[in-house]
Amino acid sequence: MFWRRRSSKDFAEEIRSHLDLEADELRREGFSADEARRRARVEFGSVQSAEERFHLRNRALWVESFLRDVKFSVRQLFKNPGFALTAILVLALGIGAGVAIFAFVDAALIKPLPYADPARLVRITESEADRHLVNISYLDYLDWKRLNTVLSSMDVFSGGNFLLNTPSGTEPVPAVHVSAGFFRTLGVTPALGRDFYPSEQVPGGPHIVMLSYGAWERRFGLRQDVIGTSVRLDGVSYSVIGVLPKSFQFALANQADFWTILQPVSDCEKHRDCHNLYAVGRLKDGVSVRQALANMESIAQQLERQYPVTNHGRGASVVPLSEAIVGEIRPILLILLAGAGLLLLIACVNVSSLLVVHTEHRKREIAVRGALGASRARIAAQFVTEGLVLVIAGGLGGLLFAAGAMQVLTLLISNQATARMPYLLGANLSTHELEFAGILVLLAAVLFTATPLLHLLSSDIREALADGGRAAAGTLWRRMGRRLVVIELATTVVLLSAAGLLGKSLYRLLHVDLGFQVDHLATLVVRLPDVAFPTDAQQVAFAHSLLDRVENLPGVRAVAITTMLPATCDCNTDWLRIVGRPYNGDHITALERHVSSGFFSTIHATLLAGRYFTDAEDASKPKIVLINRAFARLYFPGEDAVGKILGDPTLSPSSLKQIVGVVDDFKDGALDEQQMPSEYIPFNQNPASDFNLVVRTAQDERSILPLLAATVHELNKDVGVEHGSTMSEVINDVPTANLHRTTAYLVGGFAALALILSAIGLYGAIAYSVSRRTREIGVRMALGAHRSSVHRMVLADASRLAAIGIAGGLVCSLMAARLLRGLLFGVRAWDLSTMMAVVTVLGIAALLASYVPAHRAASVNPVDALRTE
Amino acid sequence: MPTRKNPDDRLALLQGTLDLLILKTLALGPTHGQGIARLIQRQSEEVFFVDHGSLYLALQRLEDRKWITAKWGASENNRKARFYTLTAKGRDHLVEKTSEWQRLARAMGLVLGVVDSPELGGEEA
Repeated sequence: MFWRRRSSKDFAEEIRSHLDLEADELRREGFSADEARRRARVEFGSVQSAEERFHLRNRALWVESFLRDVKFSVRQLFKNPGFALTAILVLALGIGAGVAIFAFVDAALIKPLPYADPARLVRITESEADRHLVNISYLDYLDWKRLNTVLSSMDVFSGGNFLLNTPSGTEPVPAVHVSAGFFRTLGVTPALGRDFYPSEQVPGGPHIVMLSYGAWERRFGLRQDVIGTSVRLDGVSYSVIGVLPKSFQFALANQADFWTILQPVSDCEKHRDCHNLYAVGRLKDGVSVRQALANMESIAQQLERQYPVTNHGRGASVVPLSEAIVGEIRPILLILLAGAGLLLLIACVNVSSLLVVHTEHRKREIAVRGALGASRARIAAQFVTEGLVLVIAGGLGGLLFAAGAMQVLTLLISNQATARMPYLLGANLSTHELEFAGILVLLAAVLFTATPLLHLLSSDIREALADGGRAAAGTLWRRMGRRLVVIELATTVVLLSAAGLLGKSLYRLLHVDLGFQVDHLATLVVRLPDVAFPTDAQQVAFAHSLLDRVENLPGVRAVAITTMLPATCDCNTDWLRIVGRPYNGDHITALERHVSSGFFSTIHATLLAGRYFTDAEDASKPKIVLINRAFARLYFPGEDAVGKILGDPTLSPSSLKQIVGVVDDFKDGALDEQQMPSEYIPFNQNPASDFNLVVRTAQDERSILPLLAATVHELNKDVGVEHGSTMSEVINDVPTANLHRTTAYLVGGFAALALILSAIGLYGAIAYSVSRRTREIGVRMALGAHRSSVHRMVLADASRLAAIGIAGGLVCSLMAARLLRGLLFGVRAWDLSTMMAVVTVLGIAALLASYVPAHRAASVNPVDALRTE
Repeated sequence: MPTRKNPDDRLALLQGTLDLLILKTLALGPTHGQGIARLIQRQSEEVFFVDHGSLYLALQRLEDRKWITAKWGASENNRKARFYTLTAKGRDHLVEKTSEWQRLARAMGLVLGVVDSPELGGEEA
């Protein structure tokens, strides 16, 4: 009705018209014009007072009383800054943590991928007989692309590196090679220049490259005339034809600077069993992922019949692209969100119980206001306003906290992790986050206005005045407050045990028995440009002179080469067959590492049987190989592996190699997986252009890193070096360790906050209960109760609460741990020692929290206590 | 000089009666505030004193309750004036209140008029 009210101006006009009409009439009755006007005015009375009364009546009283309530609330809160600050801080913490985690969930799981119609994009891979996913080979890709009826387009890409030649030297840069239609399949158009043409995807096609927006910005200063300029990659001149949009990211490949067109020139692309590509496809309209999979499976079967050797047991896998990109991080994010939710729950419970106590203390004030004529509605409105003021302050604080927390979290996520999960960098406080914060604030507002309101409804004003608020309602609320504390404690147990399990997993992961000595090992990636080192012999020669030089550096104990650092991943596998064994098409899959002769002694591995190879065993000598214990145990159980001969699945003569030794298992694959069978091939017989230098030092291994890079460049300034780091850093930075660490730290942080909050909550509940029972305690003591028995009584009370909370929490965390199972490593979901630790920590915290109020209760002076009224 | 009653002889309106008088006045036809005040005074033979501030507040109140509606228009001597009209709802209310008032007035009259008749209470029932 408010908005339909008349304006004061309209009313004033009506009064003026009244006076005129009255004056007219008086004139008709015979008064002079002046006298008529005067009389009309006198007759009317005070115009001003009439207008004032109209104005008063018209004013929106509720707005005014609301403003008054707000003012009063703020005054109230200032009067009790301890309460207000605690409540706002706790709320801000809870809401902030929730919003910050939600921002990452939003960035990863809610915001669509930056491609056209991303829901229709799929990732396609081949699968082995044991359902392991493997890359797709170029020839298989061509057949799949040609034969399928479910995709409107299918494209492939493969990650790689280039050595960028700049005037200041050689710099290794991440690159991705894509088939011509790759960006069109994704629905990405260049921000500048043009896309690749299919006609360019041929051997001997033009050397052309597209830049990422980042590379354009960093390396070319966003120059518009970058199109047509040339860059030297691996010693070859490439022409820049386009720049990708700023929003473009592709999590499945490294955050590459340079995108080149895949021209099938390498040896790998001519062999159906060389799997080096990843594929993406766009589903035709109305085709489901399941239908696409069925179609691809049938093509795979057809290819298996056609090529029984190379495609034995080959199947297909089709998953939504979003699943391929965020599938790994989804459970982690959801667990973090759940953790933040639990923290928020604790925060809300904490503030609720604070409010209960606060309201209880103000009972007399309420009673007085009621007695002075304030209606219930009016008093209720006052409490609602106070709740709102608290929640809004908490919400604003929460947003600030979230903004800060997100900055810190973004810094915490390592560069490697952001290269793999670029979408995490998209976390910001946008509309989604504000809406989410709004919902949290709204829920909190309902809770915090309902708490005192319920309290108010359950109490009787007169009663409260009469006995100073010591009515039955007090007992009711004491019980309520205690229940809240139990909930808080139980939730804390859940968070603590989750943090404990995750922390233990991280510890187990980082302390996996590696089987080699990690300390005092420095590593460096060396990349030889193909143009300068086209032959195996040249690569071997360079490696040798490098090893010689490094060996003579001060403080170097040993140095070696491997194509894959230990403890990084289960990648680079080889297919093998044992000569003289029946073959049914199932080959052995083993990790394939090319190492220099000194590798095993450098990392301190143990030889179990046979011998290591020597530097002299190069391409001119018969091919030899070492295997690990897992290989020997799986394929040569109870017999001597040394002397046996391995070959590829077709046993082609050039692939045959003799086993000369067996090495004890060391983690040369993924940190969190079972040790796979491995083969170690002499680098001298089969070198590579990209390899890792592994150096054992006498001094701090970190200090030698600059010297290593300088030594490489002294030998040849066109050779690229990167990722110089210590072996411990390498292990700390592997993706699994990173994920485990981030999760454990965050959940640990939530748990720590929860512990503090629930200890405060318990303290509050016990202290409150003691303050309410001062008189009772006084009576007890006056009747002869000993101080120690009072002390015991309060502690027993607190222990009862803590015990119920902890027991309930243990049951809940048992259920929660089942959800965590996927993230645990080397720890069972029901880990007794973790649970014991949780119970101990929380028990001690509970004791500390209740000791102070117990002490206060025990030192009550009976005489004073009996006088308190 | 026209005759006007001595202000001392006028009666302040009883609480709640102003609304009824306004409605009754408007039942005769739409008119503006000044007309209502004049009519009430004239019809009560100048006994009632209408406080104009209260009158306009009452008009506003009745308008809020949708018993009357208001519209700006021109008076008979062509001055701009806000004209009030009784609504159907207002008419119902008037009828109801009038009968209530008549019962009350009759009872009051009976009580006050025959103070020495103890049987009156019985007669009422």
